[in-house]
Amino acid sequence: MSASDILVLAETPRGNLSGMVAELLGAARSLATATGGQVIAVLLSNDGTPFVSGLQGADRIVLVNHPSLAEYSPLPFLAALQAVIQAQTPRAVLIGSTSIGWDIAPLLAARLNAPLALGCQQISIQDGQLAATCSLCGGKMLAEVRIQQAPAILMVLPGNFAPANTPGKAHLETFSPPVELSGGDSAGVVFRQWILPPPGDIDITTQTILVGVGRGIQQKENLEPIQQLAEILGGAVCASRPIVDQGWLPTTRQVGKSGMTVKPKLYLALGISGAPEHVEGMSGSDLIIAVNTDPKAPIFDIADYGVQMDLMDLVEPLTQAIQAKKAR
Amino acid sequence: MLQKTSSGLDFLEQLAATGEGDSPLGCMQCGLCSASCPLGHAMEYPPRRLLLRAAAGQLDRLLKSPTLWMCVGCYLCSFRCPRGIELTDGLWPALRDRAMQAGIQPPTELQETFQNLLKYGNVLGKSPRQRLQWADGLDVPVLDLSKQPQPVEVLWIVGDYPSYYPRNQPVARAFARILTALGVRWGVLGTKECALGECDRMFGEEGLFEMLVEKNRQLLQGLQFKMIVVLDPHEFRAIEHYYPRYGMRYPVEHYVTFLANRLPELTARMVRSVEATVTYHDNCCVGRRYQCFDPPRALLGAIPGLKLVEMERNREDSLCCGGGGGGMWLDAHIVAHGGYRLSDERIKMAARTGAQILAVSCPFELSRFEDAAKVTGLEGKVQVRDIVELLAEAMDLVEKESV
Amino acid sequence: MKIAVVIRQVPDLIEPLEVDSTGKALDLSSAAFVLNESDDHALEQALLLKEKHGGSVTVLGIDFGDVDSSLYAAAAKGADQIIKLLWGDPNRTPPPQQAAPMYAEVLRPLGPDLVLVGVQAHDELDGVLPAELAVCLGWPYVGVVRGVQAANGKSLLVCKEFPGAVMAQFEVRLPAVLGILGAEQPPRYVPVSRIRAAMKTASIAEQQVAVPPEAVRVEVARLYPPAPTERAEMLTGSPEEVASRIAALLEEKGLLR
Repeated sequence: MSASDILVLAETPRGNLSGMVAELLGAARSLATATGGQVIAVLLSNDGTPFVSGLQGADRIVLVNHPSLAEYSPLPFLAALQAVIQAQTPRAVLIGSTSIGWDIAPLLAARLNAPLALGCQQISIQDGQLAATCSLCGGKMLAEVRIQQAPAILMVLPGNFAPANTPGKAHLETFSPPVELSGGDSAGVVFRQWILPPPGDIDITTQTILVGVGRGIQQKENLEPIQQLAEILGGAVCASRPIVDQGWLPTTRQVGKSGMTVKPKLYLALGISGAPEHVEGMSGSDLIIAVNTDPKAPIFDIADYGVQMDLMDLVEPLTQAIQAKKAR
Repeated sequence: MLQKTSSGLDFLEQLAATGEGDSPLGCMQCGLCSASCPLGHAMEYPPRRLLLRAAAGQLDRLLKSPTLWMCVGCYLCSFRCPRGIELTDGLWPALRDRAMQAGIQPPTELQETFQNLLKYGNVLGKSPRQRLQWADGLDVPVLDLSKQPQPVEVLWIVGDYPSYYPRNQPVARAFARILTALGVRWGVLGTKECALGECDRMFGEEGLFEMLVEKNRQLLQGLQFKMIVVLDPHEFRAIEHYYPRYGMRYPVEHYVTFLANRLPELTARMVRSVEATVTYHDNCCVGRRYQCFDPPRALLGAIPGLKLVEMERNREDSLCCGGGGGGMWLDAHIVAHGGYRLSDERIKMAARTGAQILAVSCPFELSRFEDAAKVTGLEGKVQVRDIVELLAEAMDLVEKESV
Repeated sequence: MKIAVVIRQVPDLIEPLEVDSTGKALDLSSAAFVLNESDDHALEQALLLKEKHGGSVTVLGIDFGDVDSSLYAAAAKGADQIIKLLWGDPNRTPPPQQAAPMYAEVLRPLGPDLVLVGVQAHDELDGVLPAELAVCLGWPYVGVVRGVQAANGKSLLVCKEFPGAVMAQFEVRLPAVLGILGAEQPPRYVPVSRIRAAMKTASIAEQQVAVPPEAVRVEVARLYPPAPTERAEMLTGSPEEVASRIAALLEEKGLLR
C-alpha cells in the first residue's frame, strides 16, 4: 500500500551522510509501523553507492544518480525528489531542518501544493491521522497539528528522535528521473564551490568542555572573563548566532543550525535563551548547565541544571570556585 | 580666538545658537579641557583639538575618528573651561549627531541600546510589561498611577536599572520602604513607565530623545503630583535641563537631595548602626554638574557608626566612573581605544582610603564598580553600596529574606 | 539592479506570548510586534547591493502591526519606494501560502531583478514565505543565504550557509528570490530624526491586493507553551553558593581534570 510509505531525504552535503539521517529513519520507522507501510530512503547524488551502508534502517533505498546531483543545488535536487515522490506516492516525506531542508521542504510543498509542517519534534499516527508537534516562536510555543492530505512534508528538528538502530536488509534500487536535471529551469542555480572558514581557529567540535555565550552577555568586553573561565575549565568559548553576527566571535565559534553541532561532555550556556536554532547544535551535550535571567527561557527545558542569575554575577565566583577545586 | 573658516563656521555657530554654554567660537585653545579629560590622553582628537579642527572645517575627519565615541559625559572639560564653553552637553552630542546623520554607524552596543529605547522604552531591552518586576515580594504597597490615578506628593520615576537590573532592584525596594517609612504619599508609573532619555541625547540621538520626551509628555499629562523624584542623576539632568525646552516643567529632585531635605525624619528612624569606614564617589551629573556635594555626605554622616572618609579627587574634581551619557555601553570601544576603564582606576582610589565601603548614588555605578572590584582584585575588600541601601540598613528596612 | 524586499511583522518574543480563546492560535491582541529579524537583514543586504552596484530598493509589507514604522525606517535607511499591501484584514497576517500570491501580484508589474526576504519568520508553521514566493513567481530560489554579490548583470554569486561556518557558493540567474539568513554586515542604525524626516518626505504607496482563498492543509489542533516539566533542576542561592555547587558537580562528574 503505497500511500502508507514514509519517505526520508538522505542528505550528503560535501560528501558526508548527514548526522540527521539516522534520526529521520528512526522517526520514519515508528510512523511506518503505525501506517503499515515501508521506510524509503532517498539519496540524491552522482553516485550514492558509498552511502548505502548508512541507510540500512530503511526498508528500501532509492538512489538517484546523476552528474548534476554531484553537489547540492536546490533546483536539480527538487526536481529529482519531486519525481521520486510522484512515483512512490508516500504518506509523508521527512526532511531534516537543515540548510538543505530549508530549501527543499518548502519548495516541494509549494510545487506539489502539499501540506508542510515546520519544526516537528514529535510525529505519530493518531486515529488514523498524521499528527505532529511543532515548535514555533523561537521554541516558546508548541503546535499540535493534524494533516490529512498526502504527501505531508515534515521538516524535522534535530535531536528529537532516537536514531534507527535496526540494521535491516534494505532493498536497493536506482531511479532514473524522467526529467532533465541539468538544463532548463534547473540551470537557474548552479553550484560553484565550497568556501571553508579560514583555518587557524580552534575546532569547537572536538572540545570536551564548551562555554556557550548568547545575547545575555550584552557587551563584547564581557567575553574576557568568560574566556578565562573557559580556559580554567580546559575548554573553549562558543556562541549563538547573534554574538557571531555582531562580530564579537568568529563564525568558527558558532553553535547551532548555521554553525557547528557540538556534543561536549559539558556545555555551560551563559545568557543563551535557547532558540531551537541554537539548541539543535548543542542538545546532544552530556551535561548542560544554563544560566539566564529569564526563568522561562527555553534553555531551561533542555538543561540538566539551571541558574536564574545575571551571568556576569556568576562568572567570577565560578572561575574562583573551579580554580580552588583544581588547586586541591 | 579661533580662526573661522566657512565650513566650520556654520557648525560652531549652530552650536552657539543652541544656548548650551557660551559660544565655542570664544575658545582660546588653552587646552585645559584636554588636560582635564580623563580619556584625553588616549583620544586622537582631545577636546581642544576637536574644537580647533571643527573650526578649521575638518569635520569629516572628526566624525570618522574613534574619538567621537569616547566622551563619557563627565563634565570636567565644561566645568573647567575658562570661556564657559559647554563641550559635554554641546559639542560632543552635536558632533555625534552629525556623524549619525552622515550615516556613520555608532559602535554596535550603542546601536543596540538605541534600538532597545526605541522598541521597549528602556535601555536594557526588557519587556515593558515587566516594569514592576523590581517590586516582586516588596512588603510595602506600590501605587501604580497608570492604573489608579490620584494625587500624590511624589511621582517616583523608578528608572531602567532599578526596575530591571538584578543588582539595582534591591535599591529600588529599599527606596520604596524609605519613602513609605517617611510617610510620603508616593506613586509610580507602573508598566507604563518609559525611559526619560538622557544617554541618547548625550550621544547625539536627538530624535530618539524627542520621541521619549513625547511619550513621557503623554504619561505625565493629567497626573497630579508635587514633584518628581528619580534615582538616576542623568534622568534628573534630563527633566531639570532638557524637558523645559519642550514645554515640560516639573519640580524634580534627585533622591539624594530629596532625602537630605528630610534628614531629621530620617535620623529619627535610624535604629541600627552601620559600623564601617565609607568613602563616597561623587557622580558627575548631580555632583559636578549641579554642585551637589554636601547632601550625600550629610546623609552618610547621619548614619550611626558610619565613618566617612574622603578619597583623592573628590567633589568637583571627582573622577568619572566612565558610565555617563551612554558610556555604560561603550566600555569595549573605550578599552579598545583608551586602554583602560575609568571605574577600575576609581575603585583603586577608593581602596587607598582604607574604606570598606564605596558609597554611590547613581544606578550605573553599582554594577560598574562591583565589576571593577573583580577586575582589580579588590572584591571582598571594597564593597559597593548605594546610599539608599546604607540608609535602609540604618533604618532597619532591609530585605526580609536577608535578615 | 532593481531589488525588492519583503518585510514582515512578527510577535515580539521579549513579551510573553498568549494563546487565544480557541486554544489554537496566538492571541495577537495581547502581543507586541516587531520587524522580523531576518527581514531586517534582507533589507540590509539589499541596501549594500544598491550602494555597491547602483539600482533601487523597493520595500513591501502587508498592512499589519507597526508596519508603517518599519516601512518609514526602511525609507530612512535608503529604500527608494515603500509599499503597503492592503488585504482587508489588518488584524492578522496571512499565512505564507496565502501571502505569496499577494506579494507576487505587486511584484510582477514592478519587475524587480531580485527579491530578498528573510529566510524564516518565527511564527511560520506551515510554509516558508520566500520559497512560496519563488514558486509563485516561477523564479529560482536559494535560502539560508548569508552574502550576495553581483557577478554580472544577469546573475549573482550567493553564499548559502552550512554547518561549521562552511559556505556553498552558487551562481543564481536573475530574476530570483533569495531567503536571507544574515546580511554581510549587521543591519544599520538610522537615527530617529531621519525616520521622522522620512515620514514627512517619503510616502507609503498603498495597494489593494486580491486575497487568494486560504487552503488549510495543516490543521492546528492545539497551541500551547511547552510544559514546564522536565525542566532543569534549578540551583539557587548567592552567586558564590551557586558557583561552589557547580564546581562540586563538575568534580563529581569528573570534569575537572
